[in-house]
Amino acid sequence: MLRSCLKRLAIGIGMLIALSMLVFVLLRLTPGDPIDAYIDPSTPLSPAAMADLRDRLGLDQPLPVQYIGWLQQALHGNFGYSIKRLDQPVLTLVLSRIGPTLLLMGSALIMAIVAGIAAGVIGAVRRNSVTDVSLSVLALAGISSPAFLSALLGLYIFAVRLGWLPSGGMLTPGEDFSLGDLLRHLILPSALLAVAQAALIMRYMRASLLEVLNQDYVRTARAKGVVEFWVIVKHALRNALLPVVTVIGSTIGLAIGGAIFIESVFNWPGMGLLLVDAVTTRDYPVIMGAALVIGACVIVVNLLTDIAYAVVDPRIKMG
Amino acid sequence: MLARTERPSPGPLARAFDRFRLNGAALFGVCLAAPMLVFILSYPLWWRFQPNDIDLLAMNSAPNATHWFGTDGVGRDVFARVLEGGRISLMVAAGSTLISALIGFLFGSISAFAGRWADALSMRFVDLVMTLPPVIFLLVLASITGTGILPTITVISLLSWPLLARMVRSRLLELRERDFVTAARGMGAGLPHLLLRHGMPNCIDILVVYATTQVANAILLEAGLSFLGLGIAPPAASWGNMLNAARSTAVLEQYPWQWLFPGAALILAVLAINFIGDGLRDAFDPRAELH
Repeated sequence: MLRSCLKRLAIGIGMLIALSMLVFVLLRLTPGDPIDAYIDPSTPLSPAAMADLRDRLGLDQPLPVQYIGWLQQALHGNFGYSIKRLDQPVLTLVLSRIGPTLLLMGSALIMAIVAGIAAGVIGAVRRNSVTDVSLSVLALAGISSPAFLSALLGLYIFAVRLGWLPSGGMLTPGEDFSLGDLLRHLILPSALLAVAQAALIMRYMRASLLEVLNQDYVRTARAKGVVEFWVIVKHALRNALLPVVTVIGSTIGLAIGGAIFIESVFNWPGMGLLLVDAVTTRDYPVIMGAALVIGACVIVVNLLTDIAYAVVDPRIKMG
Repeated sequence: MLARTERPSPGPLARAFDRFRLNGAALFGVCLAAPMLVFILSYPLWWRFQPNDIDLLAMNSAPNATHWFGTDGVGRDVFARVLEGGRISLMVAAGSTLISALIGFLFGSISAFAGRWADALSMRFVDLVMTLPPVIFLLVLASITGTGILPTITVISLLSWPLLARMVRSRLLELRERDFVTAARGMGAGLPHLLLRHGMPNCIDILVVYATTQVANAILLEAGLSFLGLGIAPPAASWGNMLNAARSTAVLEQYPWQWLFPGAALILAVLAINFIGDGLRDAFDPRAELH
């Protein structure tokens, strides 16, 4: 158990290093180099001065040497400076955006887990009923509709037509902070973000519970006279939840993709909006910093899911 | 009974086709996709507006007899633009599916045949690419390549091959040990011959299913990129950049036909292709006949 955990951990660390290399190489593939980016074209520098600057900053060194230097700085939290935003450090920018994104994704994840599991259980228990079929169709629609389209539709229906909820932002500008205001802004984007995840969780939950309900021990429980409710909750659900745990872990990646679109439709000041803004303004240091942080988060979450899965289910042998 | 056995039994492809024909959802997908395809390919022949024709007398007009889907802010016909967007989606999808299938097949087969270390290294690379959320990669790559049809095809192709590479690899690892491959090798067959004559035909089911789902994925990715303003740039029409127009409040609130129609086209296309893809997957699955 410990050995396999350590092995997983080693793979995770290897992935992180590979990710940083990939990001570094991509950063170098971008047109121009940092000197071209930071020097204001309206006050041009002589080519000799630029060459001198390149020499001092080590940009004429071979790539592996540059990578080691960059990695050293990155490990100390220095990811460079934004080109477009008044030369703010990338790390500050990224850190200031993590909170709102975590809030959005966390609330979406909770909603998705609750709704997905509940719908999956109902679907499996009332198999092939009208409820089950309509839930399945809804889930299919939730999986097939891309986040930006459902975001637009949600915005159109709930904010424009019905006028129930604000159409964007995280807080009403110019007002004092209040929890109610935050929640009113949060509910629509996070519910829309939760749809795709909930649909996926529901499908797995339903399939897994159906499989468990066919097991002998469930028949035994029924035969000895356990009330159906407790058969489902105590005997079946606990075992059926195991595979769903991994699915929840793997929906995080999906949610990050969705969050980028949701944030940009709802103007939610999170990582996704930062990344999209950075891409449209070609702010490469910010793009790479954000991609690195997001990628690292995904790797860590996957690692934790794998370990959690092995801890809950002793049958799993990690290879 | 005797009469049946006298006929030659149908080959695996024919049986797969039979199973596909009996699948209701898949046929529904075909019925949805075929007319869309015909419309998209033939519209310049019979529709009176071109996607970039500007009708200054009918700006932002609601759907009517002349403009079936209404017009946009500068008086371009939404119907023509939806169909033109379909063409571009189709082009991006076909191009990126072809390229990514090629990369994925080559990567997977080389990793299956090249020996332990190359295999382990390349599969770790595939792991890495598959772990990261695709949209992040998409944005990073798009920031390097810029907008336009070719860059979009490149970005989507570079992103999509790992899944296929892994499936092809596991199939070929299994094939590599089969007697007919050993025999071919014994007769002096080189790698290209092994891959083309033995590898490719034995992976045809994987390739077909991958291609179908990849077309749907590519359409979604293209729309997503264009929606963020990083894929197909205006004035070229694309479902994504037409939806992008709805980020302005006026379009979202007052001219819903300008984004509802491309949105509906997108959903229908993706649903139809996914139905077909699911049908093909079931059709190629030999275990399906047991049920």
